[in-house]
Amino acid sequence: MSTTRALSVRGLAKRFGALVVAQEIDLDLAPGARVALIGPNGAGKTTFVNLLTGFLEPDRGRIELWGQSLQGLRPEQRVRRGLVRTHQINQLLADNTARDNLAIAIAERDRHAWRLFRFGRQWDRCCEEAQQRLEEMETAAAADRRVSELPYGEQRLLEIAIALSLRPRVLLLDEPAAGVPSHETEVIHQALDRLPADIAILIIEHDMGVVFRFAHEIVVLAQGRVLARGSPAAISADPRVRAVYLGKSPV
Amino acid sequence: MRRARVVAAIGHAVPWAIAVVYFFAVPSDLDFGTQVMIWILFAMSLDLALGYAGILTLGQAAFFGLGAYTAGLFAIHLSPDPLLGHLAAIGVTMLVGALTGAMILHTTGVTLLMLTLAIVSVLSQYANQATDLTGGDNGLQGIRLDPIFGVFEFNIFGKTAYFYALVVLFGWFVLARRIVHSPFGRSLDGIRQNPHRMRAIGTPVWWRLLAIYTISAAMAGSAGALSAHATRFVGLSVLDLLTSGTVTVALILGGTRRLYGGFIGATIYLVVQDYSAKISPFFWEFVVGGLLIATVLLLEGGLLDFGPAVLRLRDRWQAGQRR
Repeated sequence: MSTTRALSVRGLAKRFGALVVAQEIDLDLAPGARVALIGPNGAGKTTFVNLLTGFLEPDRGRIELWGQSLQGLRPEQRVRRGLVRTHQINQLLADNTARDNLAIAIAERDRHAWRLFRFGRQWDRCCEEAQQRLEEMETAAAADRRVSELPYGEQRLLEIAIALSLRPRVLLLDEPAAGVPSHETEVIHQALDRLPADIAILIIEHDMGVVFRFAHEIVVLAQGRVLARGSPAAISADPRVRAVYLGKSPV
Repeated sequence: MRRARVVAAIGHAVPWAIAVVYFFAVPSDLDFGTQVMIWILFAMSLDLALGYAGILTLGQAAFFGLGAYTAGLFAIHLSPDPLLGHLAAIGVTMLVGALTGAMILHTTGVTLLMLTLAIVSVLSQYANQATDLTGGDNGLQGIRLDPIFGVFEFNIFGKTAYFYALVVLFGWFVLARRIVHSPFGRSLDGIRQNPHRMRAIGTPVWWRLLAIYTISAAMAGSAGALSAHATRFVGLSVLDLLTSGTVTVALILGGTRRLYGGFIGATIYLVVQDYSAKISPFFWEFVVGGLLIATVLLLEGGLLDFGPAVLRLRDRWQAGQRR
C-alpha cells in the first residue's frame, strides 16, 4: 500500500471531561473510496466528522489529507484544501433561494469575495453554474424558491449539491437521508449513486439499505472506539456488531 | 422587466432629488437638513453591521463620537482644513473599529452586545474625565474651519455644510451599495443567517465580520466628523449610550437591510422630534415610541414596507370580495 491516501487518521482522541467521545480512532480513505461509518446513537459519529473538519479540536491524533497534515487548520481552511462535509441537520440559508445558496458557495470556492468592482459577470457565472448543478441533481424546479419553502428531501439534495460544488477531494456525508420521508429517499439514493467516482467518501448512515448499497467497506463505531471494520458481508456476519448495533435479528 | 427597471431608477432618484429640492425650497432651515443627512449616514453605517452582517451592536455611538472628537480636535490643534480633518476622523475610527472588532467579534449574542456597550461607556467616561482635551461637560468649543477647497466657506446659513454632508452621504451610499451587492455582501447575508453554513463552505467568518465592522466604524466616524464640522461643536452627547439607541431606533423604524431604511427612519425620527418637541418637550418621545411599536408590530420591514403592506392588504381584500 504505497499509494497516497486521500484521508488518513491516526490515533484520534477526544474527551469532554469524563466523557470519552473518540478513542484512538484510525481510519484510511483511498482515492475514490466508499466507506460507511455506522454505530448506535451516541457512538461518536458526528463528533468524528466535527473532529475531521476542524469544528472540534482533538486532544490527540493526526489527520492527513493527501499526505498533508491538517493540524491547527480552521474549518474554512480545511474546506479550501478539499475536505468538505454535509450536515445531519440541514445548514442552509433559509431566506435565500436554492440557486443563491449554491451560487454563494461557488463564489466562495472561486474566491470572488473581495471583488468590489465588476463582480456582476462573475456572479452571473456563479448563478449559471448553480443552475447547472441543480439540473444535475434534478431539482432545477427549486432554483427560484426560498429554501425554507422546499420539501425536506430537496433541502437534503441541496446540502449535497452545495458540498459537491466546492469540488471536494474527500467528502463526509453525515446522514444524507436523515429525516427524509420514505417516499423521497429513493431520490437521495440516486443522488448518492451519481457522486463522482474519484471523490473519496465517508458516509454516516443509519439506514442499512443505503449502507449496503453504497459502501465497499464498513467501519463500526461504538462508544468512540472502532469496534469492527471490513466488507459489508463480513460486518453483517460479525456477532459483536450484531450485539451492539444491528440487534438480534439478522439483516 | 423594462418598466420595473424604470420604476427602480425613479425610486433611487427620489431621495437625492428631495435633498436638492430641500436646499432651494427651505433655505432658512438648512441646518435641519444637514442634521438629517448626518443621521442618515449614521443609520446606514449601523445597517451594514447590524442589518446585513447581523453584528449585534449598541456601540455605534463610540465611532460617531470618536469621529466627531477627532475632527474637532484636528481642527483645533493640527489644521483647520475640513477635508484633512474628515480623513483623520475616518482613519482613527477605522483603526479603533479594527482593533475593538478584533477583540470582540469572536463572540455573539448578548456577550457581544455587552462588549459593544462597554466600549462606548469607556470612551464616554474618558471624554467626560479628560476635560483638558475634550472640554468635558462644556463640550469642545472653538472649532474653526477653512473653506472647503479654499472656496466654500462654512457660515451661519449652512449652505456649505449642507452640500458637504450631501456629497459625503452620496459617496458612502455608492460604496455601501457596491458592498451589499458584491459577493462579500452576499457572504455577510449568509453569515447573519447561518455562520456555521458559511464556515462549511470555506468562508473565513471572523475576517469578513471584522472587515464590515471596520467599514461601518469608518462610516459612523465620517458622520461624526460631519456633525463636528457642521455645528463647529462637539458635545459629550455624541458618545452617549442614548445616541446608540437613537440610531438603532431610526434604523429599525425605516427598515433594516435596505440601505434606504436609514433615509426614511432618520428623517421621520428627526421631523417628529422637531415638531412634537414644539408641542411639548416630553411628548416627542411618546410619539416616536408609539411609532416604533406600531412599525415593529405591523410592518416587518420597517416603514419602507408600508407601500407593499398596503398592496398586500388590498389584494387580500379584493380576494375576499371575489369570494
